Amino acid sequence: MSTATSDTPTNTFVRCDGILRPGNTNCAGCGMSLGLQFLEQGLDGEKPTLCIPACCGIVTAGQFPTSAYGVPTVATTFASSPAVATGVSVVRRLNQEPNPTVCWTGDGGTYDIGMATLSAAAERNEDIIYVCYDNEIYGNTGGQRSSATPLGVRTTTTAAGKTERKKDIMGIMAAHRVPYAATLSVAHRDDFLRKIRTARRTRGFRFLLLLSPCPTGWKSEPTESVDLIRAAVGCGLFPIYEVFDGVRYRINIRPDGTPLAEYLDGQRRYHSKTIDRDEIRAEIRAQWAFLEGMEKAFPAGKDEGNPA
Amino acid sequence: MARTLVTGNHAAGAALALAGEANRDARGCCAGAYPITPQTEIIEYLRAFNFTKGHIVPVESEHSAMGVCIGAALAGARSFTASSSNGLAYMNENVFAAGYYRLPIVMIAVNRTLGPPWNIWVDQGDSLSLRDAAWTQFYCESHQDLVDTILVAFRMSEDHRVLLPALVAEDGFILSHTQMAVDIPAQDLVEKYLPKLNLPHQLDFEHAATVGGLTWPRETEKHRREIQSAMENVPAVLNEALDEFAAVFGRRPDGAFTAEYTEDAETVLVACNTMARTLRRVVKDRRERGEKVGMVKVKLFRPFLRDAFIHAIGSAKRVGVLDRNHSPGSGGIFWGEIATTLRQRPDVLLQDYLVGLGGGDVTPQIIEEILDDLKQRKQAEEPVWKEVAA
Repeated sequence: MSTATSDTPTNTFVRCDGILRPGNTNCAGCGMSLGLQFLEQGLDGEKPTLCIPACCGIVTAGQFPTSAYGVPTVATTFASSPAVATGVSVVRRLNQEPNPTVCWTGDGGTYDIGMATLSAAAERNEDIIYVCYDNEIYGNTGGQRSSATPLGVRTTTTAAGKTERKKDIMGIMAAHRVPYAATLSVAHRDDFLRKIRTARRTRGFRFLLLLSPCPTGWKSEPTESVDLIRAAVGCGLFPIYEVFDGVRYRINIRPDGTPLAEYLDGQRRYHSKTIDRDEIRAEIRAQWAFLEGMEKAFPAGKDEGNPA
Repeated sequence: MARTLVTGNHAAGAALALAGEANRDARGCCAGAYPITPQTEIIEYLRAFNFTKGHIVPVESEHSAMGVCIGAALAGARSFTASSSNGLAYMNENVFAAGYYRLPIVMIAVNRTLGPPWNIWVDQGDSLSLRDAAWTQFYCESHQDLVDTILVAFRMSEDHRVLLPALVAEDGFILSHTQMAVDIPAQDLVEKYLPKLNLPHQLDFEHAATVGGLTWPRETEKHRREIQSAMENVPAVLNEALDEFAAVFGRRPDGAFTAEYTEDAETVLVACNTMARTLRRVVKDRRERGEKVGMVKVKLFRPFLRDAFIHAIGSAKRVGVLDRNHSPGSGGIFWGEIATTLRQRPDVLLQDYLVGLGGGDVTPQIIEEILDDLKQRKQAEEPVWKEVAA
């Protein structure tokens, strides 16, 4: 079996037995493809069961009877992945099977239609790793607004730009006091893999949020996907941090002064008269004031989140 | 066997727990549970039961209750749940999914009127709204019938020739909240009767597959045909399950249709659930008065065994259907099914009676009036609204 380990370099393709096999139909530059490979590397050969609701991630599997997924996978109904994963996870526990149960879901299934199911599974503290690959639109249906779409962004259902702000899903999940919640960047592999390993070693409900570039919906260049996420992290728009038990914060990567324009200019969804860059900058500042305040007042313990 | 005085809901909970516990030497049992009147005591019973290898998850909705059952069943556990009325409507999407995934989940539907306006009394419209899902459907007339049918449903559903979920219906309040003496089977007998669950498409790391992924029309047609074939296997598998039940427990539950006094009956009334019990008394009285009337109790609604129904009504010339449900713009749902069936018998006058909707009390007197109406009819007409609650 060829499985990635912690020593596997980023540019090594170890995919034949992997979670995501070659030959899948994902668009070039899809953040979810990279996310699945990092997930596999972080699991260090431990095979998960995937529960994937209606989203691009289930189209990825391809047409029956083939599957691009190298692990057992359930295509669930749209709102149900945490419920189905609960059933799988409980039966795994009853049968002493250590394999993790992973929900792999888009933002529609997380922020919108699946919110009640997600909230309930988090409240019950089910033994599930929940990953939301957030491309900030209904990508599978061609790019409609979701409650994850940022203010001002153009989608096929907000032609003049979205008039509402993006929902703070990390705040919502932290408020559930889940054992572990963290944000993931496909431009920061070490941090990504460390967080998968932290999630693996933690029991109970673990929530991971991945800002997932979508060249088709973002109207960006596929080759620039990773650079865009690096810019989103660098300018502070997408903070990389983790929250333990919903109350102890640690910021992992701080803004490095990258101009906001580096993130926005490469995406035509942001080319809208309703985009007010000063307003976005003010939001970023407010977000960081909140996070830094939380980290100062309620810091994570030194040993938390650092796999041996 | 312990003969116990229990409510319908207690009986149903006990039967589900027995079946779940019987899988403890395999992959155990797991279910999602959510309360709704008049079903709630069933999930309370399950949550209180001390399973050796099982867990009941208290979820936030019926949709998730069936979601948990789907995940648990795919992971190889025995799974079951219960709901009613708007709960079944809310669960709808995952009910269809469970059938299409071919998972042998057993669900108790405690029949209750769909709202709004809100009404907690009995009406079969809730479970019948799921008739086009790939589920078998049983309708039970008594507490004992309910217990026995639940066990039969597990045995039949888990048989690889069927592999479909089963819905077992009981009347809200009339059955769910009344008490009757019931033989609750002993655990060891249930284990003798129910083989350990062996799901052929259980999630498997060695043979990783995507369950429920994308299909094109060709594979979808094949999938639907396979479900139809499974439905066509039900009569034989059900008969075996009933025979084996008789061998293990010493009594044989009723099958798809129960024909009573139909050998020479000219007029036959059709009913299900507790209405069939009231009807039985009326038919018996009339027989004693020399009238050639009979009855057919429908227990199995999906699949609807057309040939068996034709056989059950014998040579009757008039058939009346008691429908405690209403399909707007059509009529009674049992009637619609029977009308399709009777295309083989164009000589039969078939009349529908919408009766007891929203839980109206269908008394012997009401059924007497329906029989009198049916016997003097020259021809059938549109479904008759027999309002009983005035």
